[in-house]
Amino acid sequence: MIEPEVSTIKPQPADKKKIFKIWWVAGILALVTAAEFYVALQFPESWKSFKIFLFIGMTFIKAGYIVMEFMHLGHEQKSLMWTILIPTAFVVWLLGALFIQADAIYQAIYG
Amino acid sequence: MANSVSVNTTNKDLWAGGAEPYKASYGKLMMWFFLISDAFTFSAFLIAYGVIRFRHPGYEGTLSDFSFSQTYWPVPEKVFEAFPFFHGVELPLVFVGLMTFILILSSVTMVLAVEAGHRMDRQGVEKWMVWTIFGGLMFLGCQAWEWSHFIHGTDAGSKLLDGSIIYGANLQLNQYGPPDFAAFFFFITGFHGFHVFSGIALNFLIFYQATVGILEKRGHYEMVEKVGLYWHFVDLVWVFVFTFFYLV
Repeated sequence: MIEPEVSTIKPQPADKKKIFKIWWVAGILALVTAAEFYVALQFPESWKSFKIFLFIGMTFIKAGYIVMEFMHLGHEQKSLMWTILIPTAFVVWLLGALFIQADAIYQAIYG
Repeated sequence: MANSVSVNTTNKDLWAGGAEPYKASYGKLMMWFFLISDAFTFSAFLIAYGVIRFRHPGYEGTLSDFSFSQTYWPVPEKVFEAFPFFHGVELPLVFVGLMTFILILSSVTMVLAVEAGHRMDRQGVEKWMVWTIFGGLMFLGCQAWEWSHFIHGTDAGSKLLDGSIIYGANLQLNQYGPPDFAAFFFFITGFHGFHVFSGIALNFLIFYQATVGILEKRGHYEMVEKVGLYWHFVDLVWVFVFTFFYLV
């Protein structure tokens, strides 16, 4: 059966504050991305490890806003939030551990 | 017909077992658990990339003297510096920045679609879902161009260790650096691109259901939230790919 084209339900009015919050977060994400570009192209090459530190920091800022606001995790029950975040934290630990391993392999071959 | 706006009657929210774990619906919770597993898969890719990257020597000299070589890992901003219609102009990371921006914007329109769904605003859902799908398609188009450029290579090409010249990259040979670099490019951005593709397919399905009134009849737009979670996750993964593959 074909439903009517135009809805019979009257939508509730939009909450201006909510919409503003969404665009506000979008603005932050755009700003951080622009900052990443500035760091990548304008900061001197010799600051390599500082640049990497900044990149990773800014990535986590962006990831935080996407997960907590856009995916609404920050507004879910706290137990759900930790159920998602704690396993992810272990992955970050694994990342660090394996990079140390990789460096050991590098040292064994080239060091 | 569903002409009631209220969704959250207590009985409806309970799962079949009579409880409501985490105060979330079954579908949303399962989407979260799927995304966790998907995050592990992508982490595996990025960890493998990091490990292989770390065990190759990096480029030591200054950026202006950089040339492609099989003996060290390339500098990403020297590899990804092309832009459509600007042949031969060095625009480091500009194109990939544009792609990042497109994906973030489509994530924003997705949030707006979810917000419209909360208000039972069918027209709003339709409008913002269309923009989200459009953004996704734009991103895929950009990626297709980038892959094509990466595969065909630069005008000059680069020398292999045996002295022969190679243009572009495939899974065996790579003008930009060690073959592993190209392999990871194809696998990581390819796997992400496939996620974008399936996200577009899901978004279109939900857009269709909203348009013909199925979701309105159901009385709520929770499906928009579920595909929204997936779509944001795709954006999230790109944020990490962008940093670890293109910037670091």
